[in-house]
Amino acid sequence: MSTLTTTPALSKRRRRKTTKSKVPNAVWGLIGIVVFLGIWELLPALGIVKAEYLPPASEVLVTLAKDFTLTAFWLAVGETMLAWFIGLLVAVLLALVLGLVIGMSSFLRRATNSTIEFLRPIPSVALIPLAVLLFGTKIESSLMLIIYACFWQVLIQVLYGVADVDNVAMQTARSYGFSPFQRIRDVIFPTMLPYLMTGIRLGAAVALILAITAELIIGSPGLGKEIQLAQSGGAIAGMYALIVATGLLGVLINLGMRVIEKRILSWHVSVRGEIIA
Amino acid sequence: MKTLKSLLYILALPVLLILWWILATAGGASFFVPTPADLVKTFVDTWIGERMFTDVLPSIRRLLIGVVGAIILGVLLGLLVGLNRTARAITEPVFEFFRALPPPVLIPVLMLLVGINDGMKVAVIISGAIWPVLLNTIEGVRAIDPVQNETSRSYGISGFARIRYQILPSAMPTIMAGIRQCLSIGLILMVISEMFASSSGLGFAIVQFQRSFAVPEMWSGIVVLGLIGVIMSFIFQWIERRVLRWYNGLKEVENAV
Repeated sequence: MSTLTTTPALSKRRRRKTTKSKVPNAVWGLIGIVVFLGIWELLPALGIVKAEYLPPASEVLVTLAKDFTLTAFWLAVGETMLAWFIGLLVAVLLALVLGLVIGMSSFLRRATNSTIEFLRPIPSVALIPLAVLLFGTKIESSLMLIIYACFWQVLIQVLYGVADVDNVAMQTARSYGFSPFQRIRDVIFPTMLPYLMTGIRLGAAVALILAITAELIIGSPGLGKEIQLAQSGGAIAGMYALIVATGLLGVLINLGMRVIEKRILSWHVSVRGEIIA
Repeated sequence: MKTLKSLLYILALPVLLILWWILATAGGASFFVPTPADLVKTFVDTWIGERMFTDVLPSIRRLLIGVVGAIILGVLLGLLVGLNRTARAITEPVFEFFRALPPPVLIPVLMLLVGINDGMKVAVIISGAIWPVLLNTIEGVRAIDPVQNETSRSYGISGFARIRYQILPSAMPTIMAGIRQCLSIGLILMVISEMFASSSGLGFAIVQFQRSFAVPEMWSGIVVLGLIGVIMSFIFQWIERRVLRWYNGLKEVENAV
């Protein structure tokens, strides 16, 4: 109270600061989630949206909890994650090798630029009919879409990364007689790694989107197909539960990729700087 | 000489690829891959004419409405949330969830809530493409240099003027990065929403061709989608260069030092 009487402006600011530290962001976030679920619960209860189109949150969450005990649910999750993982892995390896080859030669960089800029914006979903024609509803359909979409994300980042290599470092390595392999491993790779990790992180999110899309539209096995089946079977609460599950999967993938990125780049300034500050 | 050389760099690889394609399909086209001549002919026959008005233009119209809607809503909401610390903390987990949610799963939901019509497709595009714009606006507003904010305050710049002349410009680089993502997600959702539930539009037409095994027509549809993607990306890059001209100049100066 005494501070209040002396300098109101200062104390106000200080008080605001203390209340902020008392209510951490996590609590606010939790409040946000509760409010969101509350609105969701109320919309059908008050008759604003028909309950058969949007079941209340409680019903969906109970269905989701039931799903968690079912083997079929986990099988679907496993199938989605398998397509996600293989697709991402192949895309990263392809993009890494091609990116290094193209990025290290200024001739190739210039010669491929127009083709890359032209192919990159082509939406991967345009390939859906081709995938159906070639592979039907097998997992290869999902893989084709995932690899195409992720490949460009990672390739661009690798190209940026290789272009970012310090010229002096490269010339030093050359005059010390580094072999091409040593140059890649000790000079290019460390510079490129942060870019590569950004590419992989973006690619991981895109891969999930396309895995689910392929399952939803083409009907290759996985969560997306289950959503489609639930929808056409009229199991609306089940459909919403599966959608929440895909969202949670996405959140987990995002968090996981961020942790991996931090681990792998723990030596890098961008991560170290955050810890100091 | 210099322009000739750079032209050569731009054209050499595409020409080589097309030549390779012609040679590879010359000995009798495979069922899955049409010859280039076939494809060009089918492309003209299929898309230049009535289909342009029944399928292509309506699709593009829905895409534009959806994307513009997502950008406007995303920036407005992002400003509202981004300028308030508590609002940011409250909405963060919920927004993170929606960002992580693969947008195509919204199609069955909106089919139920809105019904199968044009509005549903626009709603799908908006509700899927808004997240990158919204989250990037929040992030851009949050990361504004505090010195700038304090300068604004001491000069008494507030309200609309502050948003127009201080906040929007400094958040613009981040917002543009979000808009870039928003465009590609919007295009994906336009195609998928038509593939999933529709009786017209590009996505529907392509799936129709595939189901009736009209392979060259299907390829020509893929080419149309590709062209839309490429044109959109060029338009975006042009706009980005103009909007962020000051920013790119600033970076150049900083990098030069």
